[in-house]
Amino acid sequence: MQKIGVFVCHCGTNIAATVDVKKVVELVRYEPGVVFADDYMYMCSEAGQEKIIEAIKEYGLTGLVICSCSPRMHEKTFRACAEKAGLNPYMVEVANIREQCSWIHKDKEEATKKAVILARAAIAKVNLNAPLKEGESPVTKRALVIGGGIAGIQTALDIADAGYEVDIVEKEPSIGGRMSQFDKTFPTLDCASCILTPKMVEVNQHPNITLYTYSEVEKVSGYVGNFDVDIRKKARSIIFDKCTGCGECMTKCPLGKIGNIPSEFDRGLKNRPAIYMPFAQAVPAVPVIDRENCTYFKTGKCGVCSKLCPSKAIDYEQQDEIVTVKYGAIVVATGFDIINLDKFGEYAYNESPDVITSIELERLMNAAGPTGGHLERMSDHKQPKDIVFIQCVGSRCDSEEKGKPYCSKVCCMYTAKHAMLIKDHWPDTNITVFYIDVRTPGKNFDEFYRRAVEQYHVNYIKGQVGKVKPQPDGSLLVQAADLLDGKQINMKADMVVLAAAIEPNPGVRKIATMLTASIDNNNFLTEAHAKLRPVESPTAGIFLSGMAQGPKDIPETVSQAGAAAVKVIGLLAKDSLKTNPCTAQCDTLLCNGCSTCANVCPYGAITYDDVQVMDHGLRETRRVAQVNNALCQGCGACTSACPSGAMDLQGFSNRQITTEVDAICR
Amino acid sequence: MTQLEKNIEAIKEMSGSDPYKCMRCGKCTASCPAYSEMDIKPHQFASYIIRGDFEELIESKAAWKCLSCFACIERCPRDVQPGKLVDATRQIVARSRGGDYLQPEEVPGLLAEDLPQQLLVSAFRRYRR
Repeated sequence: MQKIGVFVCHCGTNIAATVDVKKVVELVRYEPGVVFADDYMYMCSEAGQEKIIEAIKEYGLTGLVICSCSPRMHEKTFRACAEKAGLNPYMVEVANIREQCSWIHKDKEEATKKAVILARAAIAKVNLNAPLKEGESPVTKRALVIGGGIAGIQTALDIADAGYEVDIVEKEPSIGGRMSQFDKTFPTLDCASCILTPKMVEVNQHPNITLYTYSEVEKVSGYVGNFDVDIRKKARSIIFDKCTGCGECMTKCPLGKIGNIPSEFDRGLKNRPAIYMPFAQAVPAVPVIDRENCTYFKTGKCGVCSKLCPSKAIDYEQQDEIVTVKYGAIVVATGFDIINLDKFGEYAYNESPDVITSIELERLMNAAGPTGGHLERMSDHKQPKDIVFIQCVGSRCDSEEKGKPYCSKVCCMYTAKHAMLIKDHWPDTNITVFYIDVRTPGKNFDEFYRRAVEQYHVNYIKGQVGKVKPQPDGSLLVQAADLLDGKQINMKADMVVLAAAIEPNPGVRKIATMLTASIDNNNFLTEAHAKLRPVESPTAGIFLSGMAQGPKDIPETVSQAGAAAVKVIGLLAKDSLKTNPCTAQCDTLLCNGCSTCANVCPYGAITYDDVQVMDHGLRETRRVAQVNNALCQGCGACTSACPSGAMDLQGFSNRQITTEVDAICR
Repeated sequence: MTQLEKNIEAIKEMSGSDPYKCMRCGKCTASCPAYSEMDIKPHQFASYIIRGDFEELIESKAAWKCLSCFACIERCPRDVQPGKLVDATRQIVARSRGGDYLQPEEVPGLLAEDLPQQLLVSAFRRYRR
């Protein structure tokens, strides 16, 4: 028989205002197993905990029931307190009489009744509790970063600088991500590649960093500290060690001139050869052959690159290669893209080449871009005189099939940047920005936007654009609203730039599924706690960096990347991790090997084994389930699925739960 | 610099106020005691000028309904002081009629039927300092 102590907390007035705490103490005192019951103002305080320790010693308590807040808040506190007094921490149960009782009820009498019932259930359970011991699992001191944009680069560098090995997996042929496509960065207007390329080079040369470019994560298994990851290294068709990056192959590829293969990097504003590097400063400076478009792969003829390559680095026979690597932690830094604009016919994006997105404008303004940095219309290559910017294209849009409900956060700033850069180069340009709100929180951000208005005389108009109509003379008629003056505006423009909504990289869904990391309705990865654990996924060992978690600008991305790195370092610094002892166990005498549990287990923790059993004097071999306690997360899916009742969860056994229900229904 | 920007520059010089600084918070309009009489509201003066709709300002009733109480000038958080833009509008009209400025002693002799009283009040208040 257990000797149980019950401790009822007032939580100031949080509980005591709605629950008659003294009455609860009196009513639970005579429950089976209870030898001591008391109340206190703040059970979690130093003095409250001291009270518990004293009672354990004085009454020789073997089990504790704390009637207080949610176990999520203070279960850890009370378990540690029990351990201090020599009691097994798993002999402590928390009855949640705050979140699930006092906070949600108004009637004191009813709430008190419910608090007593909740306490009774916990007491009934503790009567059946048994001491449990945490296991240990080792930590592989290597991290994986998925995505090689600025977020992934910064995370990898910070982890590597702390002395741990890091691998970056990037699906494109080069690292650099979106930032490498940008021209200048706000609010300082320094050139994006000037600040990014040194970091890319550093990643490439860092002794602790291994780069897997043109590669994808194929399979993930394992758990925090011990992930096994299959990485598919797609065939580059180039022998990596032989290639010097001279670029001869790319300039001579016949498809460069006649191929009409749109360059992904230049957002389709320029064509590229079939053998290509996305951009000049690519890291690694080794091209890839795009096998879908390459004439040799399509017809077996051509082979120009192979013939011309001075270092004989072309290998048409190369195969995809799969490497399996062990990691202790995984960081998701898969970044973003902009939404498809097909649903926004009113802006004529698909009708006119002079209606472009902001990323396309970045390429058009970039000295290394398709026009050599000269801003021109894609239709007639003339320099635009009147430019209209439209904000919130698909952002803050409640219609799910058209846009996104959230604010994309960076558009207000980059539009101000674009407007100023254009005015700086070509002061005669008229620039009009149609906005719903101008949102510029951030250090030196509002000043930046005001500079566009006050110094560069960019015309900001509160109101949206209803329609963009391409005109026979090649111009665009913009029909918009000026809400502050209550007018409809019809104006001509030479170019319209759309601030299209940002969305997480479409590939993130697949990756999140492999990692069992949760994502929200918009495919952004969810944090373990929106405020207090912003760079961790609820799945242990998975960390978040950059736009994959939500829209953010470069400075924010870099700070988050550093924060994720610190969390990874904190994990890798440990030699072993404590494992949760509340895992499933299989009673091999009851198991009939039906595989139901293995089919429902989300963690792949159940395997089957043939065991010899004596059944009524007969020796026979049976196929029975076995649980890997390191993989099991204690979700309990197998225990409810098992048809023969062989599966049971330690600390939450079927018997404990039915006893709790009995106590509630008594 | 575009032609429009040049015109605005001239108004800036004339009024001592920079319409580009306006953030459209509406504090001027919120403060205006002549609100109901103003066909173009005080906050709109900045946006009309930025847009180049000078004619509409010149033709407006608002330019002469403004009491020159200067509440907007006192309270503007961005130092745009729309009252000064109203003043500049009046000045443009006055100049277009051949005048420029008045000596106080000339005033009584010139008090004609068609001279807007507000222009005088405003001029006195403005040059008092």
